[in-house]
This record gives sequence, structure tokens and C-alpha cells, in this order.
Amino acid sequence: MRVARVIPCLDVDAGRVVKGVNFVDIRDAGDPVELAARYDAEGADELVFLDITASSDRRDTTVAMARAVADEVFIPFTIGGGIRTLDDARRLLRAGADKVSVNTAAVRRPELVREISREFGAQCCVVAIDARSASGSPSGYEVFTHGGRTRTGIDALAWATEAERLGAGEILLTSMDRDGTRNGFELNLTSKVSQALGIPVIASGGVGTLDHLVEGVVDGKADAVLAASIFHYAEHTIAEAKSRMTAAGIPVRPA
Amino acid sequence: MTERPLIAILDYGIGNLHSAQKGFEHAGADARLTADRVLIDDADGVVLPGVGAFAPCMAALARTGLDDAARQAADSGRPFMGICVGMQVLFAGSDEAPGTPGLGVFDRHVRWIPGPVKRPQMQWNVLERRTDHPMLAGLDDPVWAYFVHSLAPEIGDGTDVVATCEYGGPVVAAVARDNVWTAQFHPEKSSRVGLRILANFVAAAAAGRETR
Repeated sequence: MRVARVIPCLDVDAGRVVKGVNFVDIRDAGDPVELAARYDAEGADELVFLDITASSDRRDTTVAMARAVADEVFIPFTIGGGIRTLDDARRLLRAGADKVSVNTAAVRRPELVREISREFGAQCCVVAIDARSASGSPSGYEVFTHGGRTRTGIDALAWATEAERLGAGEILLTSMDRDGTRNGFELNLTSKVSQALGIPVIASGGVGTLDHLVEGVVDGKADAVLAASIFHYAEHTIAEAKSRMTAAGIPVRPA
Repeated sequence: MTERPLIAILDYGIGNLHSAQKGFEHAGADARLTADRVLIDDADGVVLPGVGAFAPCMAALARTGLDDAARQAADSGRPFMGICVGMQVLFAGSDEAPGTPGLGVFDRHVRWIPGPVKRPQMQWNVLERRTDHPMLAGLDDPVWAYFVHSLAPEIGDGTDVVATCEYGGPVVAAVARDNVWTAQFHPEKSSRVGLRILANFVAAAAAGRETR
């Protein structure tokens, strides 16, 4: 049985969750531990923390956050953003993160994927790919780095395939065309990558409704769906998301 | 006053043991990450965690001398639990590392999950009970657990298989014989269900201490 995962994504700056999470009875909307515990209780399958801390000398806060979350929350969580070296990955994994996701640094130096995978296993090595449609790319999509600002000339499908070969255990695939639009996943991109790979693919970017989550799995062939705003602003609960997916015939762990 | 049962989590330098330690603490244990033979011999229960790959785990166990400690603990009659690759290394060997013997507590092999399903299986899945075992006591079906693995032990004659999951066919999820419990999934990452499984192990450790 292939069971789709529902993954809320939280942006973190200097160890604090940002972008107003809005649970009604939450004491501290910036506390990653409280929010993670809440999402666990609501039935989230995993969590992704995206570290947007601008200055690298404040990254120790992210390591401390990983430890604090791992102390209290017993579902898997991934930390991504700003991981440049094997040592960055090591510190987060030792602190209790289950997986790290690498993006720009892996495009710049693909061996980083192999190094993380060799030392810690493929299961904790996620390669995050930010893609935009580009008519010049063979798959129709090009890899962008630095949060979607820098084009690389690298084909998104080719890079995903290479990441798997280097030892990635999972791909976190974000459409930068859709991210923030609430118009739904870029299903063509998602299905192309997911069907070409033998490792799981998380669809990301564009979720505005519960039906978008269904589409990501049914049409995008994604193994997991990631969303931020529809959960954070209490528009929908994890339970609602899973009910809609169940109604569409997608196996999920009930919330 | 009853002390919390002492659970020794074998620390042989592989991976993230933080969650396992915290999970056992939440489940009521005095959980220690340790490579100290005295502490391991003294513990009420012993846990062999493991992530990554079979051969590096076996190499690290040999390097730290904890391969013998694990075998002796498994033979000691005290509750013993192998988790994920810590389960796999209790078997005779693995498709992942031909020529690298495992600890041989179970005499069959670990095999790749057959295709065409994606590997790793990285998802929650339902534990389908094969036998009634205290590992899963107090849990209502369906029991959902979190898996991350590309290989699993052979089912053998099935008599020691506590649970399987369905992933392109039946895949072994938990095996137990006498005092040795094993889980291919991650109880320390399986939310309330997983904490209950850890608590069941801690209860067995506490009961064992009473009779020793």
C-alpha cells in the first residue's frame, strides 16, 4: 500500500517560526516546539522546517531548535535551508533532525549529496529542487537556486535523476511558478519527476485548496504533499485534508 | 519507591540516537546512550538502534566491541529491542552487503523490498498482526507506524513474525523471539502509537527486573 503523506512546512528565522501561524489556542505562535507538537496531535505525517535565517552566524539557533523539537515531538522532521557543508548536515542530524534537505549547495557541488548519503544514509538526505518552466530545458523545467532567484541552466528532471544516483533518499520538488499563487501544484512537473524516479517525491508550491492536495497525488503522482498557508492560517486542518484525500480514494493515515 | 527501569541504548557512533533516548524517557525509562559494558550488563533492557546501511553499522559495532555486547544482551534473557537497521543486523546477513555477516541472532537473511514499488518505503503504514505479542499490547487496529527502509528480513516460516505491512506484497515489520523484540519501523517516530510500543518494552524491562 502506498500511503500519501501530508506535510506542513514551517518557515523558521533564528529558531522562531515566522509567517503567522494562527491556531486558536496557541500560546506562542513562534515556538517551533509548540507548533510541531500541535501538528503531531492533529495528525501531520511529517514536518518540514525551512530555515530562512539570513546570517550564518545565527544558525546555531536552528541546531538548538532541532534538539528542542526532537525532545518533545515523535514524528519525523526535516530541516532545510542554508545547509552548505557535510558538517552543517551533521550538526542538525546529531541534534535530532531526521532528514536534512540540501538545495543550492548541492547544485553547486553535487558531491555533497553523496557525502551526506554515505555518512548518514539515503533516508536522511533530501534534495530540494526549485524549478521554473523553461522552454529551453529538455523536460520543460529548469533548476533555480537562491530561493528561486538564480537560473542555473540545469534541467530539473536531469538534476532530480542525478540526485537519486548520488544517493538522495527523497526529492522535495517546488514549482517556483506556482509557489505563493494558491493555484495548485505544477502537476506536469511533479508527475514527470515522480514517475521517472525510484525514490519518493514531495510535491510543493501552490496549494490553495484541499483539492490541490488530491491532485498532487492523483495527477502529480507525488508520494507526499507539502503545504504551508492553508494549514497555518487555520483555513483547513490536517484532518480535513486527509478526509478529502480519503474521499478521493487516496490511502492516508487517518488524522 | 520504584525506580524507572534502566534502558541501555547502544551508542556505537551511528546516526541520530537522540529521538530514541527521548522516546524511551517519555515511555517511563531511565534511558542512557552508552557504550559502557558495565552499564549495558546492568540494564533492565537493551536497545540496538541503527540507521543508514548494514555494512557501516556492522563495522561500527565491531569497532566499538558492541557486537559482542549486543549478542550477549540478546542471549541474556533481558528484554532486547532492535530498531530499523538495528533489527536487520540481528539477522545472518543482508542483500545490501553480501559477504558481511550479521550478528546471527536470527538465522535468516535481509532482502531488498521487491520492485516496482519505490525504495525506500518512506511512509506510514499499517501493522498487520501475525501473532499476539506484548509489543503491540494496548493498541487498537489499525496500528499505523512510520517506516523508512529499502530492505526487510525474510518472513521465514512466519512463526516469529509479529506483524507485516503491505508494500507491494507482505513486508516484515516486526519479529520477536523470547526476549528479543525487533521493529523494522521507527517506534520513536510513530507518534502516540510508537510511544506505546516503547512503553510496552519498558514494562517488560520493569517486569524482568522484579524477577531477577
